[in-house]
Amino acid sequence: MPIVDLDDSSVRELNQRLHDLAPGTNESEWSVINANGRHAIGVGLDAAINLEIDGHVGYYCGGMNKQASIMIEGNAGQGLGENIMSGIVHCRGNASQSAGASGHGGMVIVEGDASSRCGISMKGVDIVIGGSIGHFSAFMAQTGHLVVCGNAGDNLGDSIYEAIIYVGGDVGRLGADCIEEDMTDEHQRTLADLLDKSGFGGNVSRFRRFGSARELYNFNIDNAGSY
Amino acid sequence: MVDERKLKQSETFPPETIAEIQRAADEGIYSIRGSGAKRKIPNFDDLVFLGASMSRYPLEGYRETCGTNVTIGARNAKKPIELDIPITIAGMSFGALGANAKQALGMAATMMGTSTTTGDGGMTDEEREASKILIYQYLPSRYGMDPDQLRRADAIEIVIGQGAKPGGGGMLLGHKITDRVAEMRDLPTGIDQRSACRHPDFTGPDDLQIKIQELREITDWEKPIYIKIGASRTHYDVMLSVKAGADAIVLDGMQGGTAATQDVFIEDVGIPTLPALRQAVEALQELDLHREVQLIVSGGIRTGADVAKALAMGADAVSIGMASLMALNCNAPLYVEDYEALGTRPGFCHHCHTGRCPVGITTQDPKLEARLDPEEGARRVRNYLTTLTLECQTLARACGKSHVHNLEPEDLAALTIEAAAMAGVPLAGTDWIPGRNGA
Amino acid sequence: MCGIVGLYLKNPALRSDLGLHITSMLGEMSERGPDSSGIAIYRQPAPEGYGKITLQTADPAPDWPSLGDEIAAALGDVAKLREVGSHCVLVVAAAASEIRAWLTTNHPDIRIVSLGHVIEIFKDVGLPDDVTARFGISALEGTHALGHTRMATESAVTTEHSHPFSTGEDLCLVHNGSLSNHNRLRRWLRRRGVEFQTDNDTEVAAGYLTHHLREGASLREALEAGLTDLDGFFTFAVGTRDGFAVVRDAVACKPAVLAETDDWVAMASEYRSIAQLPGAKTATIWEPEPETIYTWGNA
Repeated sequence: MPIVDLDDSSVRELNQRLHDLAPGTNESEWSVINANGRHAIGVGLDAAINLEIDGHVGYYCGGMNKQASIMIEGNAGQGLGENIMSGIVHCRGNASQSAGASGHGGMVIVEGDASSRCGISMKGVDIVIGGSIGHFSAFMAQTGHLVVCGNAGDNLGDSIYEAIIYVGGDVGRLGADCIEEDMTDEHQRTLADLLDKSGFGGNVSRFRRFGSARELYNFNIDNAGSY
Repeated sequence: MVDERKLKQSETFPPETIAEIQRAADEGIYSIRGSGAKRKIPNFDDLVFLGASMSRYPLEGYRETCGTNVTIGARNAKKPIELDIPITIAGMSFGALGANAKQALGMAATMMGTSTTTGDGGMTDEEREASKILIYQYLPSRYGMDPDQLRRADAIEIVIGQGAKPGGGGMLLGHKITDRVAEMRDLPTGIDQRSACRHPDFTGPDDLQIKIQELREITDWEKPIYIKIGASRTHYDVMLSVKAGADAIVLDGMQGGTAATQDVFIEDVGIPTLPALRQAVEALQELDLHREVQLIVSGGIRTGADVAKALAMGADAVSIGMASLMALNCNAPLYVEDYEALGTRPGFCHHCHTGRCPVGITTQDPKLEARLDPEEGARRVRNYLTTLTLECQTLARACGKSHVHNLEPEDLAALTIEAAAMAGVPLAGTDWIPGRNGA
Repeated sequence: MCGIVGLYLKNPALRSDLGLHITSMLGEMSERGPDSSGIAIYRQPAPEGYGKITLQTADPAPDWPSLGDEIAAALGDVAKLREVGSHCVLVVAAAASEIRAWLTTNHPDIRIVSLGHVIEIFKDVGLPDDVTARFGISALEGTHALGHTRMATESAVTTEHSHPFSTGEDLCLVHNGSLSNHNRLRRWLRRRGVEFQTDNDTEVAAGYLTHHLREGASLREALEAGLTDLDGFFTFAVGTRDGFAVVRDAVACKPAVLAETDDWVAMASEYRSIAQLPGAKTATIWEPEPETIYTWGNA
């Protein structure tokens, strides 16, 4: 199993090696040590490999990920798994703002807290947060699921489209056009499935669902205060 | 009986202002339209070239060649962009434009050895196939953003703003969000799109620098990174773009077009291309990076004279948006009854936002799109680009230049005080540049 | 546009390495701020009845000892005079305000970079590693320090535009972000007797705090008022005689990381500045919440 020490080798060299892997490679287990807050580790991957990163990472770890499973044994900076297309980006610690930003598919998991703007602009990714999230999370969230086992900060789902948010704890002030909605059996099944896949498991009964009231879908003078 | 002599219009409340106030009273929302700023603005018309004379000698045409090629982004990228002409097609989205228009522009650019640019919503296959050189925009909305498309692109253009609305995000109204557009953008069909004005995962040039690092990593450092800015605080913006890591800067003046934006944004925000261009060049010179980091200028480029003047002021290339659509018959006197159905006439139309473009450009309606044949459209745009190039070369040769890049500010004079001050070029017949040399 | 760092030592055993650590923290922020850098370091308190002042000059060959003699004659004993190139640190037997008044009258060309009893500030144009080397920062000991590297946004790149800005005695401010209403605020503050040397937005924030402190507000109260009155995006780190404070605006787009161990509290724009501090691997790491004032020591 290749072990890359980022004190010896550059992030650029690491990423190039990972990009150069042939499809169906048997070099599918990779380990990175001494991450030390460096940025853009494991970005633009497009291979069914497992990448384990020891230590805290900087911004955009796992950015635009396809197929790979990335595990961060530490905290993550801004933009964890941003624009993920498929695969998994999993952070054991806490994540900084814009985790899962604009993600199209796959799953982003944070065992600790995520910060503000979690799931901003999400476009189909599933994000599961074990702790709490900060303000303006799911801003303009278009589609996909955001699951928060802890609390959600103010302005949750501001200007949300069709994404669905599940929150286990408390919710601050809701964002423009975001409302609480019923938890049907189907939603409970979806949620249980997401908690299962992300390894959290647990009871779904305490969770509440939030989504779009769809009143901002066409410009209307009566909604002028919301724009 | 009305005595016409006694009718006096107000300059403060002319008829179109009264009409707008009454429209606002009817509708309760800002007016949204396409096109660029229509107000009178100092522009390249107010500059003229000092052609050859007793001290400077012109070049013949024919074999006394005048080169037009330009390389963009050699600073960091493994594969810089090589253009045969210093005129590119600006970013316009599929969604704002129909597929036929995008295809026509791509085919024309390929014939001329230049590039087109995607817009909000991502890259279509037709566009990638039609354009030999395709610049891929990276916008705040991130609609359709996809690493595979990034890797298929020839360069990446990070959009911080555009001239029509520096500080505003994209806008596309429901009647243009067809199934295909909706799918590309991950939105419900038929809704009015709201777009972010800031990027979701960075704010400011210090964090943009880290974002650029990420994009370079994802694309194995192959592709030039452009940063596009709307003309505003241009001097600082250019400095910061360079410090953030730009290989090229795309500067869009306030005359730059849009398919849909609030009228007040278009008319009242941003500065004209003329002063912005001068400020951008000065900033690059201060950093000693003029021509190392390339400058592409857009916003009201119309003729080969505009191209030549922009290059003389220090741009490496220009980009055209609205003008390329006009080559495709935007505002041509065809299907006049359809213009009238929109409440407008050829020459006045700015109704891109309606999706009912009478000539089939800024529409998703197949019946209207059928009015624009891509091959015929490509031919027209190619002709227009050829004309721009020939005009530019004519002026350059008249100034004794064997390459259009050898045009300089000293080849120009200004016809008005505003243009002299904005362009940093002396008022014709004087040494005076207002605001400098003691004045 | 900037990188900011701060280090507050809880364990006195680490004080001799303060300069070393703040230098490496600041070096990691080079890419965020290539234009100019500065450090505020709190060390060697002046004796009772004395004030400490850091001066800076554009004169390429300054005669600091002569200035020291002048000051001794006019104001009081000069207990210490330490030349550091374009900067000079003096400890004088006079109130800090008297020293300022005398210098303003007699040597208006010499810039007062910091004033107080403990603080020293060094700043200059250039990359952080060059600037810290120029001023010998890594050899300095102290209790706490703040640092800043600048990518100039809307004002010039000069020494006086660099951060930290000294806002009052033993007080300093570093800022990452961009204020959007600083011009109006500058005019308002000028009318109330606050003086400005530059058109820099951070200097306005610093002046704002000074004004409120002069009016009797505590630092916390001044920062609370600032959250309402200052518009734009900001992460601020403020240094005081005995501690430091961190605050972010309501939108909180500009980054900030805090870390704490039994031995120290550190703050930086990016985690990688904190990564090499001793014990960083097991530190508690968190991000400051928006509109919340965090303080350590007697800030």
